[in-house]
Amino acid sequence: MFDSLLIANRGEIARRVIRSARALGIRTVAVHSEADAGALHVRDADEAVAIGGPRPADSYLNAVAILAAAATTGAQAVHPGYGFLSENPGFARAVEDAGLIWVGPSAESIAAVGDKISARNLMAAIGVPVLGGSEEPLKDAGEALAAAQVIGYPVIVKASAGGGGIGMRIAADDAALGTAFEATRGQAERFFGDGGILVERYLPDARHVEVQILGLADGRVVALGERECSVQRRYQKVVEESPSPAVDDALRARMLTAAVRAGESIGYRSAGTVECLVSDGDFVFLEMNARLQVEHPVTELVTGIDLVAAQLRIAAGAEPGFDPDAVVADGHAIELRVYAEDPKRFLPSPGTIAEWVEPAGEGIRVDAGYTCGDEVTPFYDPLLAKLSVWGPDRDAAVARGQDAVAAFRIAGPKTNLPFLAEVLAHESFRSGAYTARLVDQMRA
Amino acid sequence: MAHEVVADMAANVWKVLVSEGANVEAGETLVILESMKMEIPIDADVAGLVTSVGVEEGGSVQEGDVIAVIAVVE
Repeated sequence: MFDSLLIANRGEIARRVIRSARALGIRTVAVHSEADAGALHVRDADEAVAIGGPRPADSYLNAVAILAAAATTGAQAVHPGYGFLSENPGFARAVEDAGLIWVGPSAESIAAVGDKISARNLMAAIGVPVLGGSEEPLKDAGEALAAAQVIGYPVIVKASAGGGGIGMRIAADDAALGTAFEATRGQAERFFGDGGILVERYLPDARHVEVQILGLADGRVVALGERECSVQRRYQKVVEESPSPAVDDALRARMLTAAVRAGESIGYRSAGTVECLVSDGDFVFLEMNARLQVEHPVTELVTGIDLVAAQLRIAAGAEPGFDPDAVVADGHAIELRVYAEDPKRFLPSPGTIAEWVEPAGEGIRVDAGYTCGDEVTPFYDPLLAKLSVWGPDRDAAVARGQDAVAAFRIAGPKTNLPFLAEVLAHESFRSGAYTARLVDQMRA
Repeated sequence: MAHEVVADMAANVWKVLVSEGANVEAGETLVILESMKMEIPIDADVAGLVTSVGVEEGGSVQEGDVIAVIAVVE
């Protein structure tokens, strides 16, 4: 095992990685922007290096500064967290070229699935079901209209290099598609530096269900169950749970088999996620995320596996720290993302945190990026904390979630805690019969 | 009558779409802010003449800052 690790991220995920690294006896190095000089992840780490200005491009996306920080501190490995440089194959390669260990999938694996169009084509080629959609990047609105004629409306327009829901638009007819295409292309160039656009068939009543995979050091790929991720606003997840209320044993077996095949087809190493749509008891491949997922605690709570520790062990060429042939899911887990945003329209709400009291107790886990006195700036995403709960069954987990949300006190920025309480009390959520349109229905 | 368009959150200024002297309709987008990876269009809530623009691209605003002043056409 290597003995030092640089975490190229911030907030709750940097702290999460530090926690598992420390438990394995690894010295931790944080990096931070000027805006995060006093942040919790900086305080948690054994050492911290300032890497640039508050804008992500100047700091957490600044590969040169991050590699320099690794060299200065003698860090032997780099964990990218999620977002920022985590799915940048050039960065993965640069880390390895610098003689460091990259805690994640190979640059080749990242590149193979980083582009939504090539990922779709790859899955179709190995027999994993995909939606009707464009097989080449669309050059202009005319090509998009032609593709939609073949696919059939409604369609969804996406940035091929996109993530985080940015740029996704639904179009029900030619006129809407023309407008959506131009708007998405503008965002694709701006946010991802790549104007590649695809359209896909849109399934209005589908659910988002993803499979956690883990590529082991010996080359095997294992699937660690599914996560239901249909509670979304602006195509970003807000509440996740495992197991999914929409997946029975037969469907689960098929999805996990397909996810393992997807991972094996690209020689996948480390933690990754195969995202699918589930509709009418069947599934199709949506995209693959070549990194640790925000909502990984849900899987950890039902399987008892420490996914970050497994990543670190695998990166060192070791066993994952659990028996891959004896993974059992126990009970039910729910993750509730606490965002700094108003609970009605979900608009960002930066500000200084005047009060922060976390819920605690049996079956309650909080992964927080902030605490009392911290400033939440406009520069980064609005995730303040992840509140995860476990119960022996779904009803018990929901009840525990309700108690924990009620006990979480945050003052300063507006938060979506009242919205999370609304979701947990909502009839469709309680019955388990919700789809990815739940939040739209709640706010209609 | 002068009408102030005010930022209701801290944000960075991504795009400024109007300049002083422009005539705007109610609902026309004046400025696009960016906060927490989200674009937030700021629209004129009244029609009129833009008499001042208080922000520039690449700058930032705090909650309550005046983004633009519109002289309302009577």
